[in-house]
Amino acid sequence: MDRIPILKFGDALLVTIQVDMHDRLATALEEDLTGKIVSASAKGVLIDISALEIVDSFIGRMLDNIAAVSRILDADTVVVGMRPAVAITLVELGLSLSGVKTALNVERGMAMIQQRLDASGSKHGDDDEE
Amino acid sequence: MATTTRSERLDIRSSDDVVRVRQITRTLALEAGLGLVDQTKIITAASELARNVIDYGGGGQVLLDVLENAGRRGLRLCFEDKGPGIADIEAALKDGFTTGKGMGLGLGGAKRLSNEFAIVSKPGAGTKVTIARWK
Repeated sequence: MDRIPILKFGDALLVTIQVDMHDRLATALEEDLTGKIVSASAKGVLIDISALEIVDSFIGRMLDNIAAVSRILDADTVVVGMRPAVAITLVELGLSLSGVKTALNVERGMAMIQQRLDASGSKHGDDDEE
Repeated sequence: MATTTRSERLDIRSSDDVVRVRQITRTLALEAGLGLVDQTKIITAASELARNVIDYGGGGQVLLDVLENAGRRGLRLCFEDKGPGIADIEAALKDGFTTGKGMGLGLGGAKRLSNEFAIVSKPGAGTKVTIARWK
């Protein structure tokens, strides 16, 4: 079965969703990410959905779940790159993604995660390669 | 009277079919000349209703029509299943109502995302949901 690749980027994980996800792929991503947060000691998760043409309630719930689980595992989730038409549709659908942090693009999302790392004085912050 | 300029039919049996429904809806929404936000809305509504057909109706089909009415174009989707049906449609349209594992946004959400919405259902006789989005 197809898998969505998860890249390690400093203390964060980066996931770029580039395909129209069927439900099993979404469920697999949830599981893979949870495992990877622990194995990579990640402090942040960036999910880039700029290629997604729609977010329905199933994908919305997946994003909510990932944010909730990663929070318990002490990692921040930031969803970035949502298209304006997708945002309009999500609100009308009734999905506010209240548990999920969002940023306009990867750069700003990464800055949000870095801010939290700096605030908590993480030792991992030293090997940041910017 | 609206005339149909193109018609497609698709079986909905598995979650892969939900992706197929989204793709064909996108193609036909473009053909109907819908703008980006309208396309996104009807594709999202189609995704919710297709999943309902699988989760609650035990599978079914969708009929997609590109319409033209006095120079105005639109897209109409009709989802049909032979499942257990819905006893209380009022309640099923309320956000948060679910008998399954979802969040209960599907039906009410699809209604909000459409210009036209109709539902016919009887316990034991299946469910038919029709939505339309006009340019």
